[in-house]
Amino acid sequence: MGIDSLFRAVQRRLGLQRMGWLFVTPNLLVFSVFCFLPIAINVIYATSGGVNLMPLQRPFTGLENFQILFECQNYADLSTCRKDVFWRAIWNTLTFSVLQVGLMVLFALITALVLNRKIVGRGFWRGVFFYPVLLSPVVVALIWKWLLQRQGVLNAGLVGLGWEPVEWLTQSGTAFFWTIFVSIWAHMGFYTLILLAGLQAIPRDLYEAAALDRAKPWRVLTRITLPLLMPNLIVVLVLAAIRAVQIFDEVFVLTGGGPGSATTFIVQFIYQTGFAEQIHLYGLAAAASLALAFCLMLLTLVQLRISRAGQNESRGE
Amino acid sequence: MRILDFLLRTRGRQRLDWTDYLSYGYLLLGLFTLFAPVVWLIMSSFKTEAALAQFPPSFLPYAQSTVTVTGFDKPLPLFEVTLEDGRRQTLAQVNRVGIMATMVDPQSPDERLRVNIAQRKPVESVAFAWSNYTDLFQKFTFGTYLWNSVFITVVATLLTLLINSMAAFGLSKYRFSGQRGVLLLILSTLMIPPTIILVPMFLVINEIGLLNSLWGVILPAIATPTGVFLLRQYMLTIPDELLEAARMDHASEWRIYWRIVLPLSAPALAVLAIFSVMWRWNDFLLPLIVLSRNEQFTLQLALNAFQGELNTQWHYLLAMTVITLLPVTIVFAFLQRHITTGIAGAGVK
Repeated sequence: MGIDSLFRAVQRRLGLQRMGWLFVTPNLLVFSVFCFLPIAINVIYATSGGVNLMPLQRPFTGLENFQILFECQNYADLSTCRKDVFWRAIWNTLTFSVLQVGLMVLFALITALVLNRKIVGRGFWRGVFFYPVLLSPVVVALIWKWLLQRQGVLNAGLVGLGWEPVEWLTQSGTAFFWTIFVSIWAHMGFYTLILLAGLQAIPRDLYEAAALDRAKPWRVLTRITLPLLMPNLIVVLVLAAIRAVQIFDEVFVLTGGGPGSATTFIVQFIYQTGFAEQIHLYGLAAAASLALAFCLMLLTLVQLRISRAGQNESRGE
Repeated sequence: MRILDFLLRTRGRQRLDWTDYLSYGYLLLGLFTLFAPVVWLIMSSFKTEAALAQFPPSFLPYAQSTVTVTGFDKPLPLFEVTLEDGRRQTLAQVNRVGIMATMVDPQSPDERLRVNIAQRKPVESVAFAWSNYTDLFQKFTFGTYLWNSVFITVVATLLTLLINSMAAFGLSKYRFSGQRGVLLLILSTLMIPPTIILVPMFLVINEIGLLNSLWGVILPAIATPTGVFLLRQYMLTIPDELLEAARMDHASEWRIYWRIVLPLSAPALAVLAIFSVMWRWNDFLLPLIVLSRNEQFTLQLALNAFQGELNTQWHYLLAMTVITLLPVTIVFAFLQRHITTGIAGAGVK
């Protein structure tokens, strides 16, 4: 076999232990080309101007892209900013993340607590709540677009009750609400699973001891369940936050960022600046993605911190 | 307070009390919220274009009944007609001019009746419009989209399994200087989601000449830190003695990897394969910037392009959506337990 003799020949030169390099190489190659190299190029883009795609032919402009992004005449009024869409996207992403993560983790926690009870058919229910996680963002968006359109079933329900039909996706307030609702609908099951696993790892005898002491259920929750679940809860919060600030696919198909820029989030700003608009401002898009990367790094550091603290405690895995 | 009370009780009782009813109520509400939209989508996808335009919509797909009448080559639509004298009769419509329609009694096809269209109501029956699905393959290049999605998913998953298991093998079964650094380097890419290197990724793919090629979507995605980590943790549990024994028999290192370690890692490979299939099948942002020509669209891109058109043809779009969610649903129906426990990790026993 060709591949066997190749490996033998390499082994004669490298020695046995360094054969590890040979196995790691394809992976590192892919990562270098499609991850590490792009990171380096991203920095070049962010610090250069013009519309040229070739990094080395772009004029160096220092921090100008960041200035363009962040400059405002009056920071209390976002419409005075040079790139007011960028600021609106940041503001939208922040509000979205806080509301979506908060509500989703709350519902995931309630669901996990219910599933942790003595429930008939727990496997089935777990599957029910997990199913939407597997659907593609485009499919999720289209399902809801179909329900929410003017002639949709939701409006049919409203009319049936004697109310006026509502244009759910073309009014800023309702459109924003539905982006939050739909993304909770699609992702909640994943976090429910993690929390359920955490709940099931809590030793049973603690609950038995509490029952002997005739502890009130409320006290059992606040004194036993929640404190012991805290490490999982924080991991779930951080993971959900990392995902939430990168929201794009579902919303892009559901509302296209509209009406106006009511549901435009930061990744969509990057996509539009770099690819969708007539003039492709790669530098500006790259600068915005570095800002996003900075946020993600902060979130990841928080997570690493916490998971390390969790491991130092006795109940690490 | 009372609502909270019920959430806390993890210990069951002999008979159902109100907290149990509340729990099951919550679960049923969840079942409805999570599945009703999908069921509605599937039912809608079987409606004709005319039925979709109806408001308020019906749950079951209805279509106007037709009847074949001797003397006419095409089936005629059926109507219930209220005649001048108040009698009701089911008639087939031959043609319609303005507000008057020419109708015929299917039993006596020679006699023509002229009826005001205000006096007729279409006869409807439940009918599944399978043509929404069959048309996709005949009228559109839907087969191409499906093939592109399948090709990307299958090839990318195979390559993902291959190169990530190789890396995991190299990192778990050898000791070489720089090993820890390599592991950390690979794991650090967890922090760099594709969204933040979108622009340079476009450049790199363009320079390699993979723009508008399915390989431009496949190659960037095949190395995944999750995959390496998952497989490495699993391979660490394979005893080194097995490898030593094979080396005694003069097996090459490739053979050891291919014949011994890979088959033994099958459970972990299966988990990664499931993940990879889901990721690639559902991928959107990378294909969106790499593939811009219609004949290279994946299902997800085709759906997006289709729904963005000025006059969205919902009857085709819905059928297309159902076909797109079908494979994932089938995989989930069979592997539900593996997927949910695989994700929850060691916590769920």
